Amino acid sequence: MTDAAANTPRKKSSIYATDANTKKRNAREARFRAFGLTAIGIGIAALVFLVVSIVGNGYNAFRQTYITIPVELAEQRLDPAGNRDPAEMARVTTFGYAPLLAQALQQHLQAEGIPMDGVNPRDLMAMISQEAPAQVRAMVLANPEIVGQTITLEMLAGGRIDGYFKNRVTLESAERDSNVSPAQLMLAEAMAAAGIIDTRFNWRFITGPDASGQRPEAAGLGVAILGSLYMMLVVLVLALPIGVAASIYLEEFAPQNRFTDIIEVNISNLAAVPSIVFGILGLAIFINFAGLPQSAPIVGGLVLTLMTLPTIIIATRAALRAVPPSIRDAALGLGASKMQAVFHHVLPLAMPGILTGTIIGLAQALGETAPLLLIGMVAFVREFPDAPPEGLFDPTSALPVQVFNWTQRSDPAFVERASGATIVLLVFLVCMNLLAVMLRRRFERRW
Amino acid sequence: MNDMRVVDRAVDAQDLKIDAKNVDVFYGTTHAIKGVNVEIQDKTVTAFIGPSGCGKSTFLRCLNRMNDTIDICRVTGDIRLEGEDIYHAKVDPVQLRAKVGMVFQKPNPFPKSIYDNVAYGPRIHGLAGNKADLDEIVEKSLKRAALWNEVKDRLDAPGTGLSGGQQQRLCIARAVATGPEVLLMDEPCSALDPIATAQVEELIDELRSRFSVVIVTHSMQQAARVSQKTAFFHLGELVEYDDTTQIFTNPKDPRTESYITGRIG
Ligand SMILES: Nc1ncnc2c1ncn2[C@@H]1O[C@H](COP(=O)(O)OP(=O)(O)O)[C@@H](O)[C@H]1O
Ligand SMILES: [Mg+2]
Repeated sequence: MTDAAANTPRKKSSIYATDANTKKRNAREARFRAFGLTAIGIGIAALVFLVVSIVGNGYNAFRQTYITIPVELAEQRLDPAGNRDPAEMARVTTFGYAPLLAQALQQHLQAEGIPMDGVNPRDLMAMISQEAPAQVRAMVLANPEIVGQTITLEMLAGGRIDGYFKNRVTLESAERDSNVSPAQLMLAEAMAAAGIIDTRFNWRFITGPDASGQRPEAAGLGVAILGSLYMMLVVLVLALPIGVAASIYLEEFAPQNRFTDIIEVNISNLAAVPSIVFGILGLAIFINFAGLPQSAPIVGGLVLTLMTLPTIIIATRAALRAVPPSIRDAALGLGASKMQAVFHHVLPLAMPGILTGTIIGLAQALGETAPLLLIGMVAFVREFPDAPPEGLFDPTSALPVQVFNWTQRSDPAFVERASGATIVLLVFLVCMNLLAVMLRRRFERRW
Repeated sequence: MNDMRVVDRAVDAQDLKIDAKNVDVFYGTTHAIKGVNVEIQDKTVTAFIGPSGCGKSTFLRCLNRMNDTIDICRVTGDIRLEGEDIYHAKVDPVQLRAKVGMVFQKPNPFPKSIYDNVAYGPRIHGLAGNKADLDEIVEKSLKRAALWNEVKDRLDAPGTGLSGGQQQRLCIARAVATGPEVLLMDEPCSALDPIATAQVEELIDELRSRFSVVIVTHSMQQAARVSQKTAFFHLGELVEYDDTTQIFTNPKDPRTESYITGRIG
């Protein structure tokens, strides 16, 4: 307001009557609020749509169809020598086990009086997952004394049968599907009525390893979850101390000169570098130059550490800068050294900000896919890694890469798996954010 | 609070505590302090007065080398604490600051308990052998800062939860606990209400029995009430330095006279 305006006497008016200027202002404010609400509305709608579609597609991955029947583990087939020596029994391959299961199923259906109309023994075998013989074999080799007994086995149903109970496969789609016939589905229906087939929670999806493209029903996230955890471990152990130390040095100790200015600009720029560039860097340095193994969480962790460092440094510096200078003065004025002032007073006050930044960085790293593809973490890995630290050098997969991987496979059952994996990833992210909130609360003493 | 009555207090000792000669301070190219000479006596309250921006704080911060923490600040001249050059290459400013304590304009207790605030100095300087010693130092310091009775039942309560005046007394207790020889106070009452100010002023007078106190104030009344010596700064120069009585009743420099009669400032 200019002086002239200030000096013009206001026209006398009632405060009950809204004048034109006020009306215009109010209208502008109302418009602005409407825009804001619309923006938030669109955001929430997009989020709800995303969550609904992922959960809608993915929750079926957490349920799995099993066929439960008694199976006689015939000695003459599984242990011809009869000495229960696992080394010799290992010579019997899964092809030796498959007929046993088929036979057992056939016998059980006959005993239960379920007719196998239009389903020949080969088709009957196809209703059981190809993974089942391998699982039974592993079980027998683990405790050979069960050979010769008749035990009740829970076997994975084939992917199409599983799909039928999840409404992914229907009688109509089966007409056009060379992998399954309507007769098989009718039989499955009858078996379900007899309690031989049921669908229940699928722990294997979370704990089991991946399976090949022909066996979606057996595919699990276990190796990918472990790989992601190992990488987060590496990132946390490396990025947190390095990032915090670098920030403290830059913020509290480094002289203000060209050199530190250049470093500062570079750190800010690094935060904006596309992640795939870090992947190329990792490939060139950690694998080609340093000779670390491909697909290993240690390499993934190192690459993600490089990626996360700028985020942590920027957040930590902001947190340090937010600590009032009077606290530093107070400590220095009492004869504390600079380091004592920082570590006794500044750092504890900056802790909530540092932790939040670190967890945001970790969450970013957890969801990162591109750089991991470049360092070979996209490989098909069925072996669980050892416990760290050796396990850090074993090949593993990672959660986001597993999602990427499954979406590439042809069998539609993998869509469900990929969505399920996304849910697991989201749950991890939500947990990390909750952890961030909790840590903030703990460290943020309100005094 | 507006009386200009100069409290007549005998100056107990005449020992020289700090001797500053030809002190110049530069912030980059700004010449903030110009050739200042001051002798500060032991067991005396010395007040620095002057209009704001004249360099009182800057000069005060030279005396415990707090200016070292400002990158662009450069101090030249000769400042001696009991004859020892505090800017000598061998001097560790950290050690110096344990001897020359400081209380700041805005109360700045640590966001820790009252006990931990006071105990911090003794802890980092290793002044207490055990918990009992530390308890004793804390109690003595809080008593000396006239805060003990108010907080003795809640030593675990956060220092930042106290009132402004209590916080400033806590900061004084914290400074006293380190066992300094000189206590520098930069406008310690500017954020306080009149009652809290009166309490702190009373406290300053008591502290004089053990320390040499240097207090910066923009209030001439306060200088008149608490100090025995007064230095008047103007535009980075020390205009006049004399007994407080002398400055307020019989200023030699016309600028001092204008300031204390309220014409500049
Ligand atoms: N950190 C600083 N950086 C640059 N100039 C400063 C700084 N602190 C003080 N000054 C300048 O030094 C002069 C004296 O300031 P100061 O000592 O704070 O005055 P006073 O305490 O008497 O109000 C002022 O001109 C001020 O602008
Ligand atoms: Mg000042």
